[in-house]
Amino acid sequence: MSFFRRSLPRIHSPCRATKPGLALFAAALLLSVLALPVRADVLQDASKLLKQGQAAQALEKTEQYLATKPKDAQGRFLKGLILTEMNRGQDAIVVFTKLTEDYPELPEPYNNLAVIYAQQKQYDKAKQALEMAIRTHPSYATAHENLGDIYARMASQAYDKALQIDSSNASAQTKLSMIRELMGSGRPTSKPAIGPVAVVQPQTKPVEEKPAEVKPVAAPVVAPTTADPKAGDSKVADASGEIAKTLDAWAAAWSKKNVKAYLAYYARDFQTPRGESRATWEGERAKRINKPGSIQVSIEGLRVTAETADRAVARYRQHYRSASLKTSSNKVLVMTRHDGKWLIQQERVGK
Amino acid sequence: MTTLAHSAVRLLVAAAVWLACGPLAAADARYSEAGPESLLARVFEQIEQNRLDTALLQVEALIKAYPNFRLAYLIKGDLLLSRSGPIKTIGNVANAPADKLADLRAEAIARLNAYHSKPPANFVPRYLLQMPPDQKYAVVVDTKKSRLYLYQNEKGTPRFVADYYVSQGKLGADKTREGDRRTPVGVYHVTGSLSRAKLGDFYGSGAYPISYPNEWDKRNGRNGHGIWLHGTPSDTFSRPPLASDGCVVLANPDLDALAKTLQIGLTPVIISNSVEWLSLDDWQAERESLKKEIEQWRADWESRDVERYLGHYSKKFLGDGMDLDRWSARKRQVASGKSWIKVSADNVSMFRNPGKEEMVVVTFDQDYRSNNLANVMKKRQYWLKESGRWKIAYEGAT
Repeated sequence: MSFFRRSLPRIHSPCRATKPGLALFAAALLLSVLALPVRADVLQDASKLLKQGQAAQALEKTEQYLATKPKDAQGRFLKGLILTEMNRGQDAIVVFTKLTEDYPELPEPYNNLAVIYAQQKQYDKAKQALEMAIRTHPSYATAHENLGDIYARMASQAYDKALQIDSSNASAQTKLSMIRELMGSGRPTSKPAIGPVAVVQPQTKPVEEKPAEVKPVAAPVVAPTTADPKAGDSKVADASGEIAKTLDAWAAAWSKKNVKAYLAYYARDFQTPRGESRATWEGERAKRINKPGSIQVSIEGLRVTAETADRAVARYRQHYRSASLKTSSNKVLVMTRHDGKWLIQQERVGK
Repeated sequence: MTTLAHSAVRLLVAAAVWLACGPLAAADARYSEAGPESLLARVFEQIEQNRLDTALLQVEALIKAYPNFRLAYLIKGDLLLSRSGPIKTIGNVANAPADKLADLRAEAIARLNAYHSKPPANFVPRYLLQMPPDQKYAVVVDTKKSRLYLYQNEKGTPRFVADYYVSQGKLGADKTREGDRRTPVGVYHVTGSLSRAKLGDFYGSGAYPISYPNEWDKRNGRNGHGIWLHGTPSDTFSRPPLASDGCVVLANPDLDALAKTLQIGLTPVIISNSVEWLSLDDWQAERESLKKEIEQWRADWESRDVERYLGHYSKKFLGDGMDLDRWSARKRQVASGKSWIKVSADNVSMFRNPGKEEMVVVTFDQDYRSNNLANVMKKRQYWLKESGRWKIAYEGAT
C-alpha cells in the first residue's frame, strides 16, 4: 500500500492555469479504504483520465462504476472532483453534500464543499463546511488553511461594506485547496496497517502542520516508560541542556528559512513521516519552507526523557506561524546522538 | 496573532476612554440604551477580554440590528482577519482609502466615548434655563462629542429622554460664513419640516431647518443658510462625525424618533461645542438670578423711571436699528407722554447661549398697555453679563 502511494508522482492539475482559484493538490490516490482491487483499478483509471484533462471520460467511467456500487464513497468522491473540474459546481455540491450526510466522519467532502462554496462566494456556507471538516478532524491542516482563507475573504467582504469599496478584483485569487483524495480518515481501514510506517492519512502537509493525524500510528520506538533507568539524572540534565540548544538552533534555522541548516538537524536514519524516501521528504520540506512569506517557529515547555545515553525523547509545544497558517501543537521528537551531536531521528505530533 | 488586533483595539478603546475622562464620566442607568452604542460597546468589551469569537457573534448581532452600519463591518473584517493572519490596526484593509478609515475610526471613538461618558444623573445642560409650558422638548447638540441630547420639559425641569450620534460640518463647528462647511453654535429653534417626498435620498427620512442665522449671528456678521437637522442616505446607517456642509445629521431611525418630539417654530435646538452641565441646584440658582433680573426690568419699565429702566441695557445694545444712545433718547421721549404703563411677560423661555460669552436668549409673550398705546408681541432679548450684571444687548420682536 505504501509502495503504491510512493510510486505516484505529484501532479498538478491541468486546470490550474485556467482556474487559478483551484490550487489542486498532488493526487496521490491512496485507496486505503478499498477492499477490492478491481474497484481501485476502475477508479484509478478514472482518476488518471481526470488528470489528463479528460473529465468527460473520467465521469463516464466513474458513473459506470457507481452504477454497480452506488453507495461507494470513493467513487462518489471522485465524481464530485470530476464535476468540480467540469465547472458543474451545483452538481458537485449535491455529490459532496450527500457524502457528508452518509459519511459525516470524513473531512474531505466537507473541505471540497467549502472550496466550491467559496468559488461561488458563499463564504458563510464555506465556513460552516470547513468548521465541520475540522470538527470531524481537529487537525486537518488543509481545512484549517482553507478556513483561514475564508476568513480573509469574509473580512475583505466586510471591509468592502465598511468602506464602500470594491476589492473583489484585488483578492479574486482564492488560495483554497481542493482535496483530491479520500482517505477515510478516522474510519477503520479494511486492511491492517502495514509496517511501522502505516499511513492513515494523506500527508499533503508537513507533519508540523498536521498534528494528530500521525498520532494513531505512533511508532513503537517511542515508549518513555521503557526509558533506561541507568540513564542517570545528570545524564538527563546534560542531554536536556544539549537538546534544548540543538532544538533552539533547529527552530532558528527553520525560522530563517535556511533549508540546508534545517535539514542538517535530521539524522541519517530519520524516519520520514510517511515512509517516503529521504530525498522526497527533503524536497517537500524545502518546497514548503521556501514558500513566500516568513516562518516563525518557537518551542515551549521542553521536556526531555533520556532513554539511553545517546537516545532521548523531547516533548514540547511547538508554535508555528507562516504567511498562511498558525498552529500550536504538541510535538514529540526522538533524538539520537551521533559523534556528540544530537539529531532528530523521528518527528511526530502527540504527547 | 490576535494579540495585535487586541492591542490595536485596546488603543482605540483607550483613546475613547481618554476622551471620556472628565468630571462627567459617570454611567447612569437612567439613560436609554437606544442606538448601536451598547452593542458596539459589548463588542469592544469582548475584544478587550480577548474573546474574539464572542466579539464576532456580537458584531454579527450588531449588523443584524443595524444594517449598513459600516463601522460594524469594519470591526467584523478585523475580527475575521485576525483569525487568518496578524492584524496591526483597526481596519486592516490593503489599499484602503485612508480618509474613509479615519472617518470610521473617528465614529467608533465618538460612539464609544458617548457610551462610556453619559451625562451624570441630576445634571442638566446649562443652556436649558427655562422652558415655557408649550415647549414639550428641547434639543441640545454637543459637536465635540458628536452627540445630540433630547430633553423633555417636565413642569419646567428638563428631563433626559435620549441621546443620539450625530454628524456635523466637514470642518467642524462655529459657522461664520456661507459655504464654510461648519455647523453653527448658538440658540436656534426648528423652523420647518421638509417631507421625505420633497427631498432626495441624501437627506434620508426627513429634514428640519433651524433658525440659523439668529439675531445675534446677523449682528456679528455671520451668514449662510439652510442649516437643517436631517437623516442619512439609504446606503449607510450613519455618516462620519465630520461629514456635512454644516447640517446636523442623524441616522434615520434616530431622526424618526426625534421627529415625533419636534414642534415647528417652537422646539429649541441649542448647538454647543462642548455642553456644560449643571447640578439641579446650580441650575436653579442660575435661572432664579436671571428671572429676578428680567422681573426687575419689567417692573422698572412699569415704574416709568426711564433711567432705571435704561440701566438694564448694555453699552453694546443694538435693537430696532438703534444703538444705546438712540434707544435711550427714544425711550426718554416716549416716557414723557406716559401716565401709566402695564407690562406682562408670559411664556418666558431662557436659553443660555453656548460659549465663553455669558449670554442668555430670552423670549416671551409681551402684553404692553399704557395710557396711549397697547400692543401684544412675541419679544426676544439677548441678555449679556457685564461686570457681574445681566444687561440687555439686543431686543426685538421675533
